[in-house]
Amino acid sequence: MLSQQLVNGLVLGSTYALFALGFTLIFGVLRVINLTYGFYFSIGAFVALTVAREFGATIWVALPVGALSAGVVAVVADWILLTRLRRAKAGELASLMVTLGAVLALYSLMAVFIGTDIQRFPFGFVDNTAIEFGGIRISLVQMLIVGTTFVLVAVLFLLLQRTKLGLMIRALAENEDAARLMGINVGLTVAAVSFLSGTLGGAAGVLIGLNFNAIQPFMGEHMMLRGFAVIIIGGLGDIRGALIAGVLLGVLEVLTAGYISSNAKEAVAFTILVLTLWFRPVGLFGRAQAKRA
Amino acid sequence: MDGMTMAEWLDDFLFTYETLIHALGVNGLLALSMYCVMAVGQLSLGQAAFMGIGAYTGALLTLNLGLPFWLVLPLSALAPAVVALVIGGPTLRLSGVYLAISTIALGEVLRVLYINAEWLTGGALGLSGIPRKADLWLIYLLLFLAVLGFWAVGRSKIGRAMEAMREDEAVAGVMGVNLPVYKMGALVVSAMLAGLAGCLTAHSNSFIGPNEFGFEMAVTILSFALVGGIGTPIAPVIGALVLTSLPEILRPLQDFRLVINGLIIVVAVLFLPRGVIPFRLRRAP
Repeated sequence: MLSQQLVNGLVLGSTYALFALGFTLIFGVLRVINLTYGFYFSIGAFVALTVAREFGATIWVALPVGALSAGVVAVVADWILLTRLRRAKAGELASLMVTLGAVLALYSLMAVFIGTDIQRFPFGFVDNTAIEFGGIRISLVQMLIVGTTFVLVAVLFLLLQRTKLGLMIRALAENEDAARLMGINVGLTVAAVSFLSGTLGGAAGVLIGLNFNAIQPFMGEHMMLRGFAVIIIGGLGDIRGALIAGVLLGVLEVLTAGYISSNAKEAVAFTILVLTLWFRPVGLFGRAQAKRA
Repeated sequence: MDGMTMAEWLDDFLFTYETLIHALGVNGLLALSMYCVMAVGQLSLGQAAFMGIGAYTGALLTLNLGLPFWLVLPLSALAPAVVALVIGGPTLRLSGVYLAISTIALGEVLRVLYINAEWLTGGALGLSGIPRKADLWLIYLLLFLAVLGFWAVGRSKIGRAMEAMREDEAVAGVMGVNLPVYKMGALVVSAMLAGLAGCLTAHSNSFIGPNEFGFEMAVTILSFALVGGIGTPIAPVIGALVLTSLPEILRPLQDFRLVINGLIIVVAVLFLPRGVIPFRLRRAP
């Protein structure tokens, strides 16, 4: 029973990790808490749903299409909302407020056009079968979720560590002015970071949409609670921290639901968030700079 | 006014627009609660959450324990203040994003808990049948007192310290402003105001539900303060008045109300950075 729950927790946790990864990447490089991130999650899921329903696309088409469209939306949103503030070197709270207003407008616009009713993927979109593995049941959807997360994380790490773009991104994260002086195209790098994180957010949206088979405009907003908890527990801007914190949160939630109550499960993320702030604001690995005011 | 006396007309007017007039007063209080935090250069997005705590506390005390309203009201202000202490304690020592993040998260977790704790909060259906004890005069008296209080504080030494913090926190600290005390004080007072507003809403609508105090409300409250500006305490109240009556006037735009609310914030921050938002634009390092 415990091992089954650990597996379920691992699956849930990898979606949290995937979701938080893009969110923390934006903060780590661009120093912005970008609240439109939740919308990338919703729009990714919705685009995947639409291509599946209207064009009968399989998951192997719908997932990348959903994720990449979210990436494009992210680039556009960042360009419209944050270019001006970046140029003025406005404080982090100004950009937080802009993205807050924008994300409410975006969710509400989406709700006006597609309604707030829960929508589902077409029947038989993914195989519902599960395999037994020494008494542990794993469904194909669950394997898809963990597998996709694994691949995306690996690609992200390789990209950041081994490519020229990765080097540009890391330089920008270090110091924008220095990066510019070294001849790095800052605008392009910013767009690339937005695209990467939007894609990650969109992919997480498709996978969670599949897992719970419920898609709705405000789903990204509801996911943000987990996103906030994970990036703070992992340390703001810390990618490895977010991965581990995401999995940890998923496992803890499933165990709480199993051994205490499903109501308590909902409070896990917030409780750990507050505890982290009290006792370890720099995050799990202490790499985040919790700037003392 | 065909033949009506002034008094009759006023009665009629109050009857027709009662809900709106209540909402105007309550939203004025909420705008002030936002003002209070922003006046020290912080950003709390938990005003709606604090309001919700006040509303549920007030409604439950009235419905389950039958406490008198004069006792319910201060208790509904106290409950969110305690929560503000728990959240403000660690976050106010850190950079501003931590308070903003943890207060949005607070709103989201409370929404889910209200829905799940059915035995206490009535779940998704919320609580109804709350006696209408929040009279119009009481709402506006509290609003008036709050404006007056902020005005008096603003003109005192405390007000100057708050302004200094808003302009440059580091400098204010060096000048001897006790930053943690001011920040925490502002957050607690703002939570209490929001709690009052929540309790008044519960006792004037006679119904509260879990989705009324969520993300949308948080953004709406922020838009009050951003539209009005926070130069003086009356400014955010005016912002609240304008934004609350706007949807009544622009009925056809009803569906797009939240879209507009969101865009207002975007426009205010992007294009009126000095006039409307309090945050100093940081110079190049």
